[in-house]
Amino acid sequence: MSIRHRFLFLSGLLFVTIGFSLFLGRYPRPYWMPLRLLWEDPLAQRLVLNLRLPRIVAAVLLGMVLSAAGFVLQMLFRNPLVEPGFLGVSQGAAFGAALGIIVVGASPLLLQGMAALFALLGLALSYLLARHIRFGGWTLRLILAGIAVSAFFSAGVGLLKYIADPLTQLPELVFWLLGALWGVTWSDTLSILPVAIVALLVAYLMRWRLNVLSLDDGIALSLGSAPARERTVLLVAVVTATAAVVSIAGIVGWVGLIVPQLARRLFGADAQHALPGAVLLGGLFALICDNIARVAFVGEIPLGILTSLLGALFFATLMVSPRRLQRRSAARRSGAAGRVRAVVRGEGE
Amino acid sequence: MRPARGGESVREDRQYPASISLADVVFTHGGEQGLLFEGLSLEIPAGKVTAILGPNGSGKTTLLHLILGILAPGEGAVLLAHRRRDQYSRRDLGRLIGLVSQNEYIPFNFTVLEYVLLGRAPHLQLLQTPGEADIRTARLVLEETGLSHLEDRSIQALSGGERQLVMVARALTQQPRILLLDEPTSHLDLSNKGRVLGMIAQQAAHGVTVVYTTHEPNLAASSADFLVLMRAGRVLDAGPVVSTLTSAVLTQTYDVPVEVVELNGRRVVIGP
Repeated sequence: MSIRHRFLFLSGLLFVTIGFSLFLGRYPRPYWMPLRLLWEDPLAQRLVLNLRLPRIVAAVLLGMVLSAAGFVLQMLFRNPLVEPGFLGVSQGAAFGAALGIIVVGASPLLLQGMAALFALLGLALSYLLARHIRFGGWTLRLILAGIAVSAFFSAGVGLLKYIADPLTQLPELVFWLLGALWGVTWSDTLSILPVAIVALLVAYLMRWRLNVLSLDDGIALSLGSAPARERTVLLVAVVTATAAVVSIAGIVGWVGLIVPQLARRLFGADAQHALPGAVLLGGLFALICDNIARVAFVGEIPLGILTSLLGALFFATLMVSPRRLQRRSAARRSGAAGRVRAVVRGEGE
Repeated sequence: MRPARGGESVREDRQYPASISLADVVFTHGGEQGLLFEGLSLEIPAGKVTAILGPNGSGKTTLLHLILGILAPGEGAVLLAHRRRDQYSRRDLGRLIGLVSQNEYIPFNFTVLEYVLLGRAPHLQLLQTPGEADIRTARLVLEETGLSHLEDRSIQALSGGERQLVMVARALTQQPRILLLDEPTSHLDLSNKGRVLGMIAQQAAHGVTVVYTTHEPNLAASSADFLVLMRAGRVLDAGPVVSTLTSAVLTQTYDVPVEVVELNGRRVVIGP
């Protein structure tokens, strides 16, 4: 399959999955709703249009935004093991949103604003702290700083839980923090839509530029870019969108780490193809996870638990699989089919 | 829109060779102890190969970074092709100067072609992606540098020597009029060293001003036209290799006795 075919295939798969997901649920009985109910049963109509559809759209957006954000952060911080959750972004957003719920009461716009503010604060703190750590390489320092900042905001979230009203605020807060799209309405979905689209568009338009920004600062500068300014634009875009997603879904971990990795295996390291690939894969991955979360059991499994489970499994596999560079490039030369086989076998990078 | 490119030569849009001059440059790494250059003045001739020679820590890399604008001088001016550097836009500088830095770390597994293509960045708009013409230019550079067979290899799978050649190819894809290289041949074996020096000579022959740093006097003796000897942020001597590369000056530069002898018409530097 050429790159173009892979894109077409993934886009097609995403649309088919979206259509399929509309009929997936527990009404009128577990797993599958017959097609004809859509025009025979007004309840089924309302269910599909007002409950399932906004949630499906939200799941796709969530996957796309988190994957794009993870991809962009990995390129900008020149580290393939970075994701929003590692840099204080997710925890910061969670703290901001939790603060919103407890202190001022939840209006979607305010929640998003608070989440965005604290997400940017988390990122800035991680970055500043990393610059001042006195040992280790940049990668290690960044991850250590991210852990510290995340812990700081987690503590803040813990404190908020402690003071939350145990009957009204606490259950909402806890379930929301686990990461779930439970109870997402059209107004939630539409509230994150503009930010998400802007961020995805910025990342998409600058997709080739990301390659330049992933090089040494000096080299990026010598290639005529303004690394500081271009990085800031991208960072603000993806962090704000991540915060918006966190404000409606809580912390959904690992998507931003594994989907970009997978995309690079399928589309190569060049962000010109790998970024759009990651966006499509992310939407698909999150939608499938959310379908499982929604339908598999009578009670809902929080989405964040599923993505973490799958993500951690994939990550462990990735870490223990040896670096077989020669064989990967051999697979590349033998054409796309060999490449796909190499991916299936879990080789590469 | 960019002008269309015929694809015959990668050097079509190059004009006359560009000179580099530094006038009374003061640069400090911060603090009193950080003072490195105190009124440094230097003329680097256009279209020639200039070696900046000096012991480790003498300010060679800093000098390259000042020319490129990665670092800004506290006082004084850097002139490129008789124009102050700060009068160029970042993008114009990208088309004027190419840089090959030492031990460049590339965190992602680009293919050689994808990486070399990044050299087209200063010729593209911010949101533009490289087109057919850019790919042609990149391929042409790979061909001229004898790297075509590596095109689809991933960059992390290359040997150290191949990597260095690919980095030079990336800088050449920028089609710069000035090429800066930081220690381009350290860690290379003789054959790859020869190939890098061959690329340098080829560029100079086409009117590109080449500046490289090195701490090996013999390299400068064999491959440079012009020599700048540095020590502790000062230029000890600058001039054509024939008149500058002498026992007296090298002994002063390195603080140990150094002999320069003629061997079969070539200058050979013998250290202690």
